[in-house]
Amino acid sequence: MTAVLRTEKLSRSWGALAAVREVSFALEAGARHALIGPNGAGKTTLVNLLTGALSPSGGEVFLDGDRITRVPQHVRVRRGMARTFQITALFPNLTVLETVLLAACEQGGLCWSWLSPVARHAREIAEARRIVRELHLEDEMDVRTRILPYGKQRLLEIAVALASRPRVLLLDEPAAGIPKSESAEIFEVLARLPKDVAILFIEHDMDLVFRFADRVTVLAAGSMLAEGTPAEIAANARVREVYLGEAAHA
Amino acid sequence: MSAAGRVPDARWRPAELVFWAAAVAVYFVFPHHLVLASQILITGLFALSLDLILGYAGIVSLGHAAMFGSGAYAAGLLAHHGWGEPVSGLLAGGAAGAALAFATSFVALRGGDLTRLMVTLGIGLMAYEVANQAASITGGVDGLSDVAMGKLLGLFAFDLGGRTAYVYSLAVLFAVFCLSRRIVNSPFGLSLRGIRDRSARMPALGAPVSLRLTAVYTVAGGIAGIAGALLAQTTQFVGLETLGFSRSADLLIMLVLGGAGWLYGGMVGAAAFLVAQDLLSGMNPVYWQFWLGLLLVLAVFFVPGGIVGTLAGAQLRRLEARR
Repeated sequence: MTAVLRTEKLSRSWGALAAVREVSFALEAGARHALIGPNGAGKTTLVNLLTGALSPSGGEVFLDGDRITRVPQHVRVRRGMARTFQITALFPNLTVLETVLLAACEQGGLCWSWLSPVARHAREIAEARRIVRELHLEDEMDVRTRILPYGKQRLLEIAVALASRPRVLLLDEPAAGIPKSESAEIFEVLARLPKDVAILFIEHDMDLVFRFADRVTVLAAGSMLAEGTPAEIAANARVREVYLGEAAHA
Repeated sequence: MSAAGRVPDARWRPAELVFWAAAVAVYFVFPHHLVLASQILITGLFALSLDLILGYAGIVSLGHAAMFGSGAYAAGLLAHHGWGEPVSGLLAGGAAGAALAFATSFVALRGGDLTRLMVTLGIGLMAYEVANQAASITGGVDGLSDVAMGKLLGLFAFDLGGRTAYVYSLAVLFAVFCLSRRIVNSPFGLSLRGIRDRSARMPALGAPVSLRLTAVYTVAGGIAGIAGALLAQTTQFVGLETLGFSRSADLLIMLVLGGAGWLYGGMVGAAAFLVAQDLLSGMNPVYWQFWLGLLLVLAVFFVPGGIVGTLAGAQLRRLEARR
């Protein structure tokens, strides 16, 4: 296996607060890799560093072996890295289809196209419709996202990320704030994604983590505590103490 | 294309055809009011340019008159110095507006709404004072007169009744409107709407936000410059007030009154504002601004999305409810 995304001693601090400390990890091609840890462990900060939403205080990020530490966020997306957000961040006045289409047009390099109407770009429209159907949003295609139910908004977040045709997909708590039945639906959708898409996902539901992930990284207080297969992580005494134990007492 | 899953297209709606037919009808129905009607068209064009940046890209501005005035002075100065050919003067005005917008975009587009308001206001004030100080070129407070225009297309002379001015203004407005309509319905336009709604999200889709904003700000500056040039050519005079703060502020009011983000809102707002201004100042030459102010307050409460925004929004909600 080769790493599509890799970090070397990646760090981010604000003054004395070190949110991420010298994290070195690798996301293998086609992996289903979970990133877990207690609240405040630095998981979202790490994703922000990987996507370029934040600049690191130290360390490096590599995509397909190329150093991308200083590459702007939008360029990383074009190079195959897409993400979703822990807190839904959609476009309130765009419809569901327009939202997915926007991402598809960006991916297709069409957004400098000034004079041809969107309706003429049949390939991107077909792709957006396919993703919308795949995410079971076809009945809401013409609905503005501002009035979309929350669970559907979470699905739309994933649809937007998929429309970027990622090779690396970073999901920040994709099922946050929705009922368990709906979160299972989201993970069923993710399970059907092509195997050439590597997925790194943050998730607090350990059932979902152990069912879906083939590899798990545990962060605690900004540092990497452990990494291994779900079985190895479940058997790791330190992890049980720091994270799973804490979850059991919660 | 099935009914479900609408995407931005360039098909003309019946209401749009009615709008443009009405604009043509004005020429025949109100032959004695064509000077005011021309002013409405030119202001509508100016408002259209503000709509592109505010309604579609979320850029607030209180200094848009800087681009309008630079276009007016460019066309006015050309004619003043003997180049009175209207169409090339119009293009020069557009180029001046676009150049100023591009040059100032690097400061005007930084920060949030309040920063942008202050910076654009500052740019407008500076442009006004530059024109004021350069009196030997611009005429200063006396304005630039002796703007001698040639015949339009070598055939139609500008007349006192404003017939040529009206047809010329309507043709230019329609041409620029068609271009703007193309832009807002294109993938570029869709990305602008994304930036307006949530600019921080756009880089995560692969969009370079600053470049897009600079591009649309420059285009809008060009359109404002064309509007300014039209005013200079049709009135054959350029005053300092073309660059003034009140022009920028009135424009913002017109766009909000008509409804931002619908393309037609600025034109409808300009018509409503200027007609109300004309009627109210005729009825009460001293205190007419009181009634205009009251009208604006009532408009904000009763048509909060603007005239076009309220009508179009209601239609949109009906479509969503029918789903």
